[in-house]
Amino acid sequence: MNSKQMKRARAGTLESGDVLVTIEPADALEIKLYSPVINQFGDAIMRSVREVVESFGVTSGTISLEDQGALDCTIRARLATAIRRSFEEEEGVDA
Amino acid sequence: MTRQTKVMPSLGEAIRQSGLRDGMTISFHHHLREGDRVLNSVLAECSVLGLKDLTVNASALMGCHRSILDFVRDGTVTGIECNFMHAQIGQAISRGALEREVVFRSHGGRPAAMDRGESRIDVAFIAASAADATGNCNGKQGNAAFGSIGYAMPDAEHAQYVVVVTDQLFEYPLIGASISEESVDAVVVIDSIGDPLRIMSGTTRVTRDPIGLLIAEQAAKAIGASGLLRDGFTFQTGAGGTSLAVAQYLGEIMREQGIVGRFASGGITGLLVNLLREGLFETLLDVQCFDREAVLSIGEDARHGEISATRYASPAAKSSVVDHLDVVILGATEIDTDFNVNVHTDSNGVIMGGSGGHSDTAAGAKLSIIVAPIMRARMPLIVDRVGTISTPGEDIDLLVTQYGLACNPRRSELASRLERAGLPVVPIHDLKAKAESITGVPTRSTHKGRPIARVISRDGMLLDTIAMIED
Repeated sequence: MNSKQMKRARAGTLESGDVLVTIEPADALEIKLYSPVINQFGDAIMRSVREVVESFGVTSGTISLEDQGALDCTIRARLATAIRRSFEEEEGVDA
Repeated sequence: MTRQTKVMPSLGEAIRQSGLRDGMTISFHHHLREGDRVLNSVLAECSVLGLKDLTVNASALMGCHRSILDFVRDGTVTGIECNFMHAQIGQAISRGALEREVVFRSHGGRPAAMDRGESRIDVAFIAASAADATGNCNGKQGNAAFGSIGYAMPDAEHAQYVVVVTDQLFEYPLIGASISEESVDAVVVIDSIGDPLRIMSGTTRVTRDPIGLLIAEQAAKAIGASGLLRDGFTFQTGAGGTSLAVAQYLGEIMREQGIVGRFASGGITGLLVNLLREGLFETLLDVQCFDREAVLSIGEDARHGEISATRYASPAAKSSVVDHLDVVILGATEIDTDFNVNVHTDSNGVIMGGSGGHSDTAAGAKLSIIVAPIMRARMPLIVDRVGTISTPGEDIDLLVTQYGLACNPRRSELASRLERAGLPVVPIHDLKAKAESITGVPTRSTHKGRPIARVISRDGMLLDTIAMIED
């Protein structure tokens, strides 16, 4: 998949225990992480994000995660949904 | 003979008359909680008068006191001593706003330090909702009534100079004064000591969170099984949502079994007032009112008594209320596998609270129970070593979580009682592993900045230090 087909998409919320993922089309791949638990889980979150991004073959776009202490399964699910939405033909849900 | 009036025309004049000089210590109490205006007003006057290098000794610094940081910046305040510090101030202190180390004590340790001569108060500023011209005063009467004035009583007793600050002057003699004229040097009338509607802040309602309710129900059952719940039972609970829910469930058990408790103590809420009125407790011993129902009750119900911080919890007193406690319910931001509890700093080591009466009641009560979920968002509750020791593990008997109850190994007879009652008793290490199976294992920064605060035990010993955070 390449960035030409991507559009802005979001998934998640800013509730405690959730994460808001926003994807913006861009030429290069950039991951931005904001988290209250960055000292405790920053590395673990980035590992999961890279895994999910790679599993979808995403090679470009700005992916921001505004984490509110979400569990790993939540982060993976929200990110996967945001990526799917960014590739949808119609106007993305929550975009 | 003619006597000079104690009534000063202004706060500034009272400060001048007090002889307050650079480097001295001034004290405050926090019964008006997030509605207090006295501390900020006094510091503003001190700044205008050009006073420098003052130490503020307050029973607690709330979010509404964050302007203290302005007076730290302009050099008016260079020292802080308190039993609790709101995160809004703690975040700046943790980043090194203050050169000198903050001194944290407990509600009992603060008056004990005064009694032992370790803590000197030069000028005490006592907010009172009702006072007469000689300084007889209380927090029970007047438009800004806040109830018990217990934390200010040791200040009135020990300070070199005592200023009563009120917004409602009554005819002499004020009947039912909690602090007497014999210890008061000056009285100042200001427009408003604060907003009593803001006494009740965030933490003082029964939780509606199902996990919190589950934990509370288990804790109440544990009390029921402990052997301590019988006629004459004595009890204290914090004002946190889960702690209050324990009182609610406990009330149900007492009602069912026809048990009447002797007293409930500490910070008092409407929930405890209702248990008093229902006859489930015979008396309330109140050092601080947490809501309007408690404020009204202490003003009109003789069974609802006011106690000083000294009588509440001072280890230097000849005896104190906490020593008569059967059970106390407490919270924790972190607990470690040795049962040490942290209520001072968050998971990043930033100051966001303080002991209050935590360590005092834990030391005094026969059964000290921590109620907390095993994780909050992604942060596990149970760690190998707490970031800050607020209450030593030897004083904590039981941890109640939604995945089971962990008994301090020092209390094996308690574990047997709970098991016999069918409660799920598990090793604390199992609860830690359960949480980490959900959250992952957190990494911990080992980098430590310079010390920015000292935690002093209720007996006056150094319990722990808190390090500066470098972003």
